[in-house]
Amino acid sequence: MTATTVTAPAPGAGTASKQPAAGGAGAGRLRTILAPVLLGVVALLLWQLAVVVFDIKPFIVPAPLSIGGEFGTNIATVVAGAVVTGGNALVGLVIGGIVGIVFAILAALVRVVDELSVAIVAALAVIPIVALAPVLYTMFGAGAETARQLVAAIAVFIPVYINTLRGLRQVRPVHRDLLHVYAASAWQMTRTVTVPGALPFIFTGLRIASSLAVISALIAEYFGGPVGGLGKSITSAASSSNYNLAWAYVLGAILVGLVFYCVTLAIEMFATRHYRPTS
Amino acid sequence: MSEAPAASATQPVTATDVAAAVQVTGVDKVFVGKKKATVTALENIDLTVAPGEFVSLIGPSGCGKSTLLRLIADLDTPSTGSVTVFGKTARQARIDQEYGIAFQQAGLLPWRTVTGNIELPLELHKVGSAARKARSAELLALVGLSDFAESYPDQLSGGMQQRVAIARALAESPRLLLMDEPFGALDEMTRERMQTELVKITAETGAAVVFVTHSIPEAVYLSNRVVVMSPRPGRIRDILTVSLGSAAERNEQLRENEAFFENVSKVRELLHGEAPVGVRGVETR
Ligand SMILES: Nc1ncnc2c1ncn2[C@@H]1O[C@H](COP(=O)(O)OP(=O)(O)OP(=O)(O)O)[C@@H](O)[C@H]1O
Ligand SMILES: [Mg+2]
Repeated sequence: MTATTVTAPAPGAGTASKQPAAGGAGAGRLRTILAPVLLGVVALLLWQLAVVVFDIKPFIVPAPLSIGGEFGTNIATVVAGAVVTGGNALVGLVIGGIVGIVFAILAALVRVVDELSVAIVAALAVIPIVALAPVLYTMFGAGAETARQLVAAIAVFIPVYINTLRGLRQVRPVHRDLLHVYAASAWQMTRTVTVPGALPFIFTGLRIASSLAVISALIAEYFGGPVGGLGKSITSAASSSNYNLAWAYVLGAILVGLVFYCVTLAIEMFATRHYRPTS
Repeated sequence: MSEAPAASATQPVTATDVAAAVQVTGVDKVFVGKKKATVTALENIDLTVAPGEFVSLIGPSGCGKSTLLRLIADLDTPSTGSVTVFGKTARQARIDQEYGIAFQQAGLLPWRTVTGNIELPLELHKVGSAARKARSAELLALVGLSDFAESYPDQLSGGMQQRVAIARALAESPRLLLMDEPFGALDEMTRERMQTELVKITAETGAAVVFVTHSIPEAVYLSNRVVVMSPRPGRIRDILTVSLGSAAERNEQLRENEAFFENVSKVRELLHGEAPVGVRGVETR
């Protein structure tokens, strides 16, 4: 993944327009939102139709309406579970994100750190992180959420680190020259040009990581630890043959993932709103 | 001793007594590319710019104008020869912030407002925030962008961005300005206004300027001397001394002036490589 998703097409350089054309952008945005929503509605309708027409049993796949009904009646426990799982994911996202960014800055500044971390990051990227969960539960005690948060943090660290480091290496030559002209120190260069310039990349990393954080925190629950989260609720509902309820929790997990993704996307769009390439 | 500055201004400037603003001696620049392919960008360049003097570099695209400017700015080092700025090595002059520079690209930081961009050098050199505010307001007025202080570069046209870059170059009132086609992106009217402003600024501050341009009238209007360069490998073909009077006399009327057109055609002849027979003010090299 690169930051291509955040760099809008080149603006009409040389036009004196103060503000981007709001009308066109608004219509475009509406269409990008409307299209997937319509597709989703159509898919749900077909799904419902298929379940009714072919008389599919709930343990294979329940109808969306029954899932929705179950979701509505159990909204309190779904929300409680979402708070637990989402909380773990958030802690993991914040810790993994900060560590990933700080490490990437160190690696960009100090060559030794970069060389040392290549091996560590490669190893971390290869390990299926959730496989660490059972080990971490014994380390931190099965009664604490720490193991899950740590799993999420490690999962977040990798994309954030890799994207940030790539962004830190994309300094525009004219900016490098400028800071050289000002006889700026390495730290001044990092603070005023390198890190701000890498923001689109950092946010791309965080956006990928946000979904990973939710998935990791959720799956880590399958391997033990306290009850109450969405992951544990899915397994216990499924094992007591309450398939509609299990799917209602799955729906909850999907919504948590969506919220994480959309919030990071919104922050990204705000923070990089002026980053269109200028002349 | 009160007449000392006046006296020094009329003294012939040599490297030994009053240091030249820029002294380029016997400079070659050879770029070594991949597979050892070499490009000779500059060959045997000798150039002296006196303090307060306005010198333009003009020549066909790719003749090494930007490269020469980069050597003076210590953004690159010559393959042979030496560059000194106010008697110091180019490196020392850069560290001492002896010059301000405006690049061919505006090179603004997109995440900073116009004010933030102009204040960047001041901020890096630990100027207090009140002094920074005052200076940036002054410079914004100068380049006619006071209404855009809090705008971001992506909200400005190319020409407006270039004006911000010029304001940034002026921020620390340097004794030497290096400018690489700073008006290239401007429309003709803004361009002429900025030229007039630049003449005024340099007259007020007494700054020396090395100015790269593609425009012959621009070079003639602005300069004390026009350095005409030949296509690759870049050499100095000739240096034309423009005698159109002091900066104070260079106003809009000058553009209609007979002497102005004479100088324009002289530069044009030099650029096209025809022997300029019998023209005055040409230093034959
Ligand atoms: N970093 C570099 N590596 C290799 N060759 C270079 C480098 N910089 C410049 N050159 C070469 O040196 C020559 C002079 O380039 P330069 O940018 O100084 O030209 P210029 O006179 O400024 O042209 P223009 O008017 O188009 O800006 C060109 O042939 C260019 O290809
Ligand atoms: Mg150039």
